[in-house]
Amino acid sequence: MKKTPPLLILLDVLASFALVIAFWLIMTYAPVELTMGKVQKVFYFHVAAGWTGMLGFLVATIVAILYLKTGDLKWDAASQSGVEIGMVFMALCILSGSIWARPVWNTWWTWDPRLTTALIMELVYAAYQLLRNSVDDPARKARLAAIYAIVGFTSVPLTFISIRVFRTIHPVLVASSDPSTGTFAMTSRMQVAFFSSLAAFTLLFAALFWHRFRLGRAQNKLRQRQNELDFGGEE
Amino acid sequence: MKAFLDVVFSIFWKDLLAERRTREILGTMLVFALTVILIFVFAFDLSVEMRSKAAPGVIWVTLCFAGTISLNRTMSLEKDREGFDALLLAPVDRTAIFFSKALVNWIYLLITAAILLPVYALFNNVNLFNGGIAGVVLLGTLGYILTGTLLSTLSLQLRTRDMLLPVLLFPVLIPLLLAVVRASTILLQGGIEGELSTWLLLLAGYDLIFMALGIIIFDKIIEE
Repeated sequence: MKKTPPLLILLDVLASFALVIAFWLIMTYAPVELTMGKVQKVFYFHVAAGWTGMLGFLVATIVAILYLKTGDLKWDAASQSGVEIGMVFMALCILSGSIWARPVWNTWWTWDPRLTTALIMELVYAAYQLLRNSVDDPARKARLAAIYAIVGFTSVPLTFISIRVFRTIHPVLVASSDPSTGTFAMTSRMQVAFFSSLAAFTLLFAALFWHRFRLGRAQNKLRQRQNELDFGGEE
Repeated sequence: MKAFLDVVFSIFWKDLLAERRTREILGTMLVFALTVILIFVFAFDLSVEMRSKAAPGVIWVTLCFAGTISLNRTMSLEKDREGFDALLLAPVDRTAIFFSKALVNWIYLLITAAILLPVYALFNNVNLFNGGIAGVVLLGTLGYILTGTLLSTLSLQLRTRDMLLPVLLFPVLIPLLLAVVRASTILLQGGIEGELSTWLLLLAGYDLIFMALGIIIFDKIIEE
């Protein structure tokens, strides 16, 4: 396996620093929200995790299309990386949302569009993982997984719209504030903390994605070598 | 276009003929569907007014479960006797295979629905008959079948075969299920007019999107 590229090491360092800075900004620089108090700080991590999760699924879908077009197994490794990271961050988003919702909405969970869509996405991508486990041939696994990634992602906006038709209580970030739902207007200091958290998580995503992608490619290469050893004498 | 439709209908007729001689799929679907309804009635101990309230949910869940039987069977039928290879060898547009299989599944599901609804109405003394419901059933089952046929062709190629179909299919179906259940509820119990058209629009949109997806992607599913 090739050595870790310097650019990736730089990205790791950058992402770590950005996370520390974002954490500091959130905890000290951003003011405490008036009605919700300290628990509102969850919001900075929650939205960033949700964004990273969606980014993972989106990337997974785009590279799945690329795989179907080219048949290059590296796109399959990329698609799997996107799904895995997406699932972890979407789970973090759901968890952190629950922690925030308990004091603010007085419940751990509601069947709101965003919450429900996040949960259904986790189910879709859990099914994706089960599908992968149930195929042995790498090319076939890559093809079927890519197809399912596309089919699954297609239903995500439809799910969101359909549940949206029921009324929602989830705070909408850019809208008039209605205190009863936990919606609030961000002050400029809050915005600084918010966007630095978003940037830090995006950097973290890029670093994780690169690592996972390299791992996937190394796995492909290993399997290829093993095949060569197994059948090498007969060619 | 005519050649395309010829292929669709010849595969369709072949499947119907096989079904007429064995009667294995429709029979199983019907008995299974009725059993599920029975379980629902007992599990929730549905009172008279609850029975009509719960009708859309119970009926659509039952249809969803029963539908997986035909989705799995119409495909594994071909796999078991190498029929699929023969279909792939035929010099025809492969999308025609998708549409013929979808059509067969659709007919089975519609027949099941056509028997299930009156039986539910009779047993539970609720009125389920109006034109709107027929439309919702047509649109809803169509979307179900398009997604289902796509994913059953996919799951056929897995080591676990049909075991995984519900796990793959149901999360993707959620917007469709929500729309059909809400639309049926509004039609049966009344509700806001505007909301009904939103659900119908969503249903039609779902059907169109998954039909387009089927046309684009089916080739890739059966590539080997």
